[in-house]
Amino acid sequence: MANKRLLGFVITCCAFGGAVHAGVLPEDRADVLYFRYEGGGVTVNGPSMLVRKSIGEHVSVQANYLIDMVSSASIDVETAASPYEDERRQGTFSADFLLGKSTYSIGYINSDESDYKAKTLFMGVSHDMFGDLTTISFNYSEGHNDVFRNVKIDDVKQNDPTFHEKMQSRSYSLGLSQIITKNLIISGAYEVDTDEGFLRSPYRSVRFFIDPFNQGREDEKYPKTHSSNAASIRAKYFLPYRAAIDGMYRFYTDTWGVIGHTAELGYVHPLDKMLLGGNWIFEGRLRYYTQTKADFYQDIFPRADFSNFMARDKELATYNAYTLGVNAAYEFKIERFPWLSKGSLNMRYDHMTANYDDFRDARFSLGSFGKLPDDPYDPGTEPLYKLDADIYQFYISAFF
Amino acid sequence: MRTRGLLVLTLAVLSAGCSSIEPWVKPYDRENLADPIMAFTRAPISQEFLDHVFDSREGSRGATGAAGGGCGCN
Repeated sequence: MANKRLLGFVITCCAFGGAVHAGVLPEDRADVLYFRYEGGGVTVNGPSMLVRKSIGEHVSVQANYLIDMVSSASIDVETAASPYEDERRQGTFSADFLLGKSTYSIGYINSDESDYKAKTLFMGVSHDMFGDLTTISFNYSEGHNDVFRNVKIDDVKQNDPTFHEKMQSRSYSLGLSQIITKNLIISGAYEVDTDEGFLRSPYRSVRFFIDPFNQGREDEKYPKTHSSNAASIRAKYFLPYRAAIDGMYRFYTDTWGVIGHTAELGYVHPLDKMLLGGNWIFEGRLRYYTQTKADFYQDIFPRADFSNFMARDKELATYNAYTLGVNAAYEFKIERFPWLSKGSLNMRYDHMTANYDDFRDARFSLGSFGKLPDDPYDPGTEPLYKLDADIYQFYISAFF
Repeated sequence: MRTRGLLVLTLAVLSAGCSSIEPWVKPYDRENLADPIMAFTRAPISQEFLDHVFDSREGSRGATGAAGGGCGCN
């Protein structure tokens, strides 16, 4: 369940990724990635592999397979249950067809974990215009998801036989890429996402006041539908000394009352040939994110059954986050393998800090894994929660 | 009938407009744009993982893909 919201981004990546260069097929490549995320009591790590290969001049196929190994003792888990471990496996297959100035893409994603199974179909078309200065694209995806709940029966983790819910998602996106000058390119995207069905976590609960010094808990209650609009613009500029600077802004709004702003700045700097053979490329990136809370989110509700919809997911709280990332890439060629046009070794590290304005650290009153704190706080007076996360990536890319 | 005439006229004007647009950045002037460092996403497999992290932690979603990028040159 740790990856409930996975598909939205995968759809975006795959759909855009599959149709980004209308008029020319993506180059053949293979990538192997190892990733690790540590933060807020959660560790996720695993491998991911990607292969893209052209078949003739008009077809390119891509396959991607990844495994997420999750070990979670997040604050939600810590205040409500025992830590758990889970594994998710995801396979993606897609194909691009080049016809004149247009590229048509279609793909399928299957994601499987013990309490969440998702099947997604995506398709898109992109087209080059005006002497290839402009690329427009349209993408659509549809996901069918089965939600289960793990319980322990006779000390064995298994699906709750009384619980099986469904969720469907649809995504529509428009993209425009425009060359402005010989050094500047801009890109814009607009996306509408709709979800229908079981949208909350089957594990998370809200808390409410029994009296000023005592609190109770009950299951979250979410609407059955969720629609969102997101619009983004990004630009990248080639600097006179062979380096690049880029910026991005995204505005987000949805039917749950969340309004989000995302801004990102990046800088790419390849070393000159005089330095270390000119094989190194360094990159730095700063990302800022802020959002308002959902209409039905509260850290602690005034009483039980306070309203029709009640949430205490920190993703729906008011907060801001900074992420600072650095990447080092070493590019190489191997004389003995003339079929390998280029290879690269990459190391990337990101640090994320999130500061919550209305999500309190309930461990100070509820305790941890059933053990009460020595000097518990009164409900609603706990310190605000803060998340720090380290994200590591190591990957090898080969181009053919 | 009048609506159809207006539509035909609009399409004609638009078509004429399109055909008259000359690329102001010629293909031979796109060397910098074709440089791999100008790609919005240089490593899809890495960006996908990172987007997954952000999507899991944030209320916002969508419009993160870069439509086009790097180069418009064939």
